[in-house]
Amino acid sequence: MEFNAPADTNLFDTAKVVGKSTPRIDGPLKTTGTAPYAYERHDVVANQAYGYILGAAIAKGRITAMDVSQALAAPGVITVVTSPDTDVPGKSSMNNARLFGGSEVTHYHQAIACVVAETFEQARAAASLIRTQYDREKGRFDFPALAPDAPLARGRGDKPDQARLGDFDGAFAAAPVKLDATYTTPDESHAMMEPHATIAAWEGDRLTLWTSNQMVAWGKKSMGEALGIDPENIRLDSPYIGGGFGGKLFIRADVLVAALAARAAKRPVKIALQRPLIANNTTHRHATIQRIRIGADKEGKITAIAHENWSGNLNGEDGENGTYQTPILYAGANRLTSNYIATLDLPEGNAMRAPGEAPGHLALEVAMDELAEKLGLDPIELRIRNEPKTVPATPEKQFSDRNLVRCLREGADRFGWSQRKAEPGTVRDGQWLVGMGVAAGYRGAPTMKSGARIRLDGSGKVIVETDMTDIGTGSYTIIAQTAAETMGVPLDRVQVTLGDSRFPASSGSGGQWGAASSTAGVYAACVNLRRAIGEKLGFNGDEAVFADSQIRAGDRVIDLAEAGTMSADGEITFGKFKREYDVGTYAAHFAEVAVNAYTGEARIRRMLAVCDAGRILNPLSARSQVIGAMVMAAGAALMEELVVDKRFGLFVNHDLAGYEVPVHADITQQDVLFLDTLDSVISPMKAKGVGELGICGPGAAIANAIFNATGVRVREYPITLDKYFERLPVIA
Amino acid sequence: MKSFTYERARTPAEAAASVAKIPGAKFLAGGTNLLDLMKLEIETPTHLVDVQDIGLDTIEDTAEGGLRIGALVSNTALASDKRVRRDYGVLSRAIVAGASGQLRNKATTAGNLLQRTRCSYFYDTNMACNKRQPGSGCAAIQGFSRQLAVIGTSDSCIATYPGDMAIALRVLDATIGTVKPDGATRTIPMADFHRLPGDTPQIDNVLERGELITHVDLPRPIGGQHFYKKVRDRASYAFALVSVAAVIQPDGKMRAAFGGMAPKPWRVEAAEAGLHEDRAAAMETIFAGARPTEENAFKIPLAQRALASVVAQTRS
Repeated sequence: MEFNAPADTNLFDTAKVVGKSTPRIDGPLKTTGTAPYAYERHDVVANQAYGYILGAAIAKGRITAMDVSQALAAPGVITVVTSPDTDVPGKSSMNNARLFGGSEVTHYHQAIACVVAETFEQARAAASLIRTQYDREKGRFDFPALAPDAPLARGRGDKPDQARLGDFDGAFAAAPVKLDATYTTPDESHAMMEPHATIAAWEGDRLTLWTSNQMVAWGKKSMGEALGIDPENIRLDSPYIGGGFGGKLFIRADVLVAALAARAAKRPVKIALQRPLIANNTTHRHATIQRIRIGADKEGKITAIAHENWSGNLNGEDGENGTYQTPILYAGANRLTSNYIATLDLPEGNAMRAPGEAPGHLALEVAMDELAEKLGLDPIELRIRNEPKTVPATPEKQFSDRNLVRCLREGADRFGWSQRKAEPGTVRDGQWLVGMGVAAGYRGAPTMKSGARIRLDGSGKVIVETDMTDIGTGSYTIIAQTAAETMGVPLDRVQVTLGDSRFPASSGSGGQWGAASSTAGVYAACVNLRRAIGEKLGFNGDEAVFADSQIRAGDRVIDLAEAGTMSADGEITFGKFKREYDVGTYAAHFAEVAVNAYTGEARIRRMLAVCDAGRILNPLSARSQVIGAMVMAAGAALMEELVVDKRFGLFVNHDLAGYEVPVHADITQQDVLFLDTLDSVISPMKAKGVGELGICGPGAAIANAIFNATGVRVREYPITLDKYFERLPVIA
Repeated sequence: MKSFTYERARTPAEAAASVAKIPGAKFLAGGTNLLDLMKLEIETPTHLVDVQDIGLDTIEDTAEGGLRIGALVSNTALASDKRVRRDYGVLSRAIVAGASGQLRNKATTAGNLLQRTRCSYFYDTNMACNKRQPGSGCAAIQGFSRQLAVIGTSDSCIATYPGDMAIALRVLDATIGTVKPDGATRTIPMADFHRLPGDTPQIDNVLERGELITHVDLPRPIGGQHFYKKVRDRASYAFALVSVAAVIQPDGKMRAAFGGMAPKPWRVEAAEAGLHEDRAAAMETIFAGARPTEENAFKIPLAQRALASVVAQTRS
């Protein structure tokens, strides 16, 4: 099915199942601990051995010698695979860092060996007996020092990543009100609960990988590239994923090394990355430096806006571009965005939930707050005065649907924004200074082609098979809802099987595209099945009504079970008409924060997100995604930071004691409101994802609330108390 | 984790004798710190003597009007004891400010005193650390030191003692009772229990080989208002940047001990009279000779403000 024009009225506009709050169909498995996550799939293949990865002790250089004799002689050890002695024929085109093979070390904790043993404990103990000698080289570890000389990144079509409209310099110079501020955001870790984990088994030249991966089809292709084998000989299975946040978009060392170790051991091998390895061995969100300049007239109309972004990465590729939302959010005739990237020898930076936009909002939405302060305007009013009619940086483009002003106004009502004191530092509650902050949010709503297979088992049960993944988002449930709606059966008559590369390839989970794309793919397959049933039983499948497990075609009423055993594949593809539009999701985020006037401890009291994301397929699981994203945004604002040791080139705080993420006590009241909007440009479902929208803005709302509480502005994230407690108003 | 042998002792004396007899042996109580360190091979005991069956798990009134806390009383049991909550509020508050409910159920009184530093370089066996590997150097002094100690440090080590309970025990003038392998007992004041690093930062405290903590004694209650203010980057489940255990009398006189500042609970009794009269000057005395790094210099003014926050609460 090609989606090549905006959707007309369709069955989802009168939906009975889609759009209704529905508990997760996989919920009982997860809450009872019986959902089979990768490392616990003891039953999928016999004779599993345990692999344990050893990480490099240096950040840059070469391995000159490795002595594995003691490890090989240790109890229970089956084999040891070392990087210098392993020829890995290729490299996945989606990995920046090399995952294994060869003597070169390009980042700390790069996998350099794997011990395979009968038990996990034996493998771990033996790994510590490996003696490695290195030739260390100097590395580029100091991003802030390197950033000023960094070149422009390569953008679309390999052109320098810089965009201009009008005359920014002239308009900024002439503006009566100017803001020029620089913000920094640190490296961050995905810190998902389930570490990267894989069981690998060879059967002749066929490889099966039970793993934890967001993008099954990408993983299969990447493993084919790395091993130099036909991807059709590889099966990936990833039905349950304990969090990914972008950290499992691509194959990592666990997958590749498990495959190599299983071949060497001649046995299935399972590997989970140990927690202290995850920060440096896998990917992270890159640190950024962002300079924002905004010029406005005295009424607050923006006349000039520039957002320049610096980040760094291995090989000088694939940075964190904080400017993504800036061409979209606010009007202004004269504009500049630039994206620079330094080359670093730190571990690989890569996608983490709303890559670019998440740190981008931490800068832009605080800059807007600072501009409002300069203008003496309410920050909501400033945003409303700069609401554009078409896409600001590309005025020939239309918005498919945009209701940001509604988000701001309805949010202000709900949150009690009128109670906010414009003068900062004026609300006291005992030892606490209390403030409110607001931020707008934008995240693009891309779609990817997505396929599925729908089967009837002859008893009226509908079975959905697709390689789509559920990374804790609720994919199982929205896919079941879509199939139930389209095939006209109750939800409990739908069985959903996900994550197996033997099934039709889907969009996968990433970039907030999964919900919109994968459900549209399931819809396309259902439409094909309805047509096939019509052909088999003699009616027009497009015109017949499928409801209550029956088909009503003209005068005929047929039980769905009568169709017998049938199957149809289908795929949604998205046409070029979308290029005329910017398809995005919008939000208004609010926060109330209390700051201890003595110590600077910041404690969030309330948060609200008002989201504009088209049809909400399952308000219950969508709410879960948004509140989870708000928690992550709170972490980014207040505490999360991978600390770089610039001497040795590593993230030092590489465990969950050192890398602090919010705990329950940090998160009190959270509220989420979804506008009742529909976006007919996105897909037949008119529904957009929210998993990344939820992290775009709440951190800035928190930062702005801290300013409103205290009158102190901190532009270096995370806003930890040491950066500002001495500037707090003195309390007698 | 290195392989080790394991036994369960039946009496304190037997446990002490066992550890003394076997080189590299250690006591195992709740295991909330030791087992984590063993998995990372930061601790590599050859033999573990499990003390969970040796008793020492009650809280008794003493003839002097105080309390005797058995070494194996769990953190949860100690913090929730009615007498402790009534007469030694600072201790209850300090304990519940630490770790999580699950950990406090398992962690013991003696074990808590013995928990080791949380310095990132101590935890990464690729890095130099004199506390983990004597003579290897200290990666922290020129490195990531935001959490680490500002006073009582040496050129060998700037690690912080990370616990909360011990800060309260220090302000309460608790003493620690032990039994040695030969059966002799001794009493160690809290002030003398933890060592400053000097040239031997691998030695955290004054216990001799095989010496087992049997109990902690609290003197008679001293009245006053009890506070434990723990300042940290998140609201729970984090080690202190700075903490203050304070007991403030109705006339304003106070005792105060500080956590997160030093390799041991930091208290300077001689300066305490001044805390009531000229707090700023007294705090200068308490932290005189501090040698903070650029990253952790904020802890000294933060400690002043944490104490000011506590004092302000006595007025309300």
